[in-house]
Amino acid sequence: MTATAGNRTRAGFRQVRAGHLFVLPYVVLLALFGVVPVCYSVYLAFTDAGGGFAGFSNFTRTATDYRFLPALGHVAVYLVIWLAMLSVLVVSLTLVVHQLASRRTKAVIRLAYYIPGALAGASSVLLWLFVLDPTVSPVAPLLKAMGSDHFTDVITPGHLPVIFAIIAFWTGAGGWILVLYGALNTIPADVIVAAKMDGAGRIRTALSIQLPMIRKSITYMLILAFAAGTQLFVEPQLISQASFGVVPNDYSVNQLAYQFAFTQNDFNGSAAIALDLLVIALVSTSLFVTRGRLFDTD
Amino acid sequence: MSTPASVTAQRWAWRSLTSVILIVFGIFFLVPVVWLLLAGAKTDHELVSANPFSPGSLQALRHNWGALMSFQGGAVKTWMKNSVLYALLALVITLAVSIPAGYALAKLRFKGRRLLLITTLVVMLMPTSALVLPIFLEVNYVHLVNTPLSVVLPFSFFPFGVYLAYIYFAEAVPGELLEAAKIDGCSEVGIFTRIALPLAMPVVALVGFFSFVQNWNNFFLPYVMLPGSNAYPMQVGLSQMLTSTPNFNPVVGANAEVSPPELVLATLISAAPVLVIFLLAQRYVVGGLTAGATKG
Repeated sequence: MTATAGNRTRAGFRQVRAGHLFVLPYVVLLALFGVVPVCYSVYLAFTDAGGGFAGFSNFTRTATDYRFLPALGHVAVYLVIWLAMLSVLVVSLTLVVHQLASRRTKAVIRLAYYIPGALAGASSVLLWLFVLDPTVSPVAPLLKAMGSDHFTDVITPGHLPVIFAIIAFWTGAGGWILVLYGALNTIPADVIVAAKMDGAGRIRTALSIQLPMIRKSITYMLILAFAAGTQLFVEPQLISQASFGVVPNDYSVNQLAYQFAFTQNDFNGSAAIALDLLVIALVSTSLFVTRGRLFDTD
Repeated sequence: MSTPASVTAQRWAWRSLTSVILIVFGIFFLVPVVWLLLAGAKTDHELVSANPFSPGSLQALRHNWGALMSFQGGAVKTWMKNSVLYALLALVITLAVSIPAGYALAKLRFKGRRLLLITTLVVMLMPTSALVLPIFLEVNYVHLVNTPLSVVLPFSFFPFGVYLAYIYFAEAVPGELLEAAKIDGCSEVGIFTRIALPLAMPVVALVGFFSFVQNWNNFFLPYVMLPGSNAYPMQVGLSQMLTSTPNFNPVVGANAEVSPPELVLATLISAAPVLVIFLLAQRYVVGGLTAGATKG
């Protein structure tokens, strides 16, 4: 009796030690590039250049900066368009692909839609700069039909949120279609068959059964896309480089934070804006983590 | 009243409608890719005046390639080498760090496990760019900006990889198997390296894929960390080429260092490794993302 208890404790102890050993390198990286930078940013955001306590002054100063509200507005408009595209187009496309009869066709379409995902970041923005330049664009007739004969006609400030949303959709939609497709696959076939026997058509089945059953995946997609969308940086940064000054280099909130750090040497202000964005990301993802149940296997 | 004829008509209408939608979106997703594959082999003149989907010529391709390679004394080669170096180093560290961590979180009981799981999940869902400026401020404080480590180490911190490994070990590797090895006297480290790890090759590949693709395409972090052109990865180098191209910067005019087809070719080169990996690994990645799929 005592012997087994002793063995168990020793085994438990061994497990604890091995557990700590296995996670140690990861915990070090998590501390260095997750926890410490956040803490340091908090410190910077609440102090002034001399290191004295500054209260909320960095936050109020940056938030009342003449560039802050426009940047926030740009990102908000972009987010509304992007999230609308995700929830309408990605969800409908997934449903349409999922109900196809031929496995082969389904696989080909999923891959075709996913391929642009290989081009993210600067590569995809550069490619889209060409696609949007009527002099070389493969869709030049389309651009001209919409009244844009020159690159500068296309990238007017009013068009930008739509353009950024289209680029984001082009690179990201395929991956999300795969994720939602996987979620649709988890709905038991007999549920769908039962609905069909009750006389539900395809659209009725989609609205009353499939959509409610993959709600969690859709929420997951929207929250992640929202958090990532608030970070808008590379698209406006490159377009402002290429736009002959039409697009300012402080178009998005993250760009403004970058400007504070790199052209104004104001690390405290930069940290304050970075924290604004970090809090938004943290709140939205924490909500999902605590309310969704990603650790179901635990 | 639905007669058989009207049912057939309805079905036909539905089918045509969905086909049209799928084809239109197929065109939307693939046209830029196809154009990208072709345009790098055209001359400046062909790019503007020829049919956008006409093939270029080997001669023009060779000319563009030569011009690209001599851009700023071979900068493109340097940038590509840097990209490979950063992404591969980070890949190795990511695997060495995240696979054991995911295993421990799934199969071992230790203090702080639950806290680590939740932190991992929160950080994983946060966009990586949210941490870029904070990490920059920290790295700047310890004077490590403009070193390869300033991008490789943050790249190696990949909570999503830990999460993938955690899910895999929790669901696909039976606890009884590890228990049996323990009874046979195998040490915890031995159980991991000799039993769990060989079973985990699918998730090692998946984590490796996502880590490589994400780091290869990362623009923001190296953009702030590495001010010197010699240390740029390709993605940041592209932005420098952009400002040397007349289409997007009229100031450089006729003296432009980079002609548009060369920039297209540079874009293609910057994306090529990931495109190739995508096509080679598509079966596994598509399968992995569609996780839980029981039928295709």
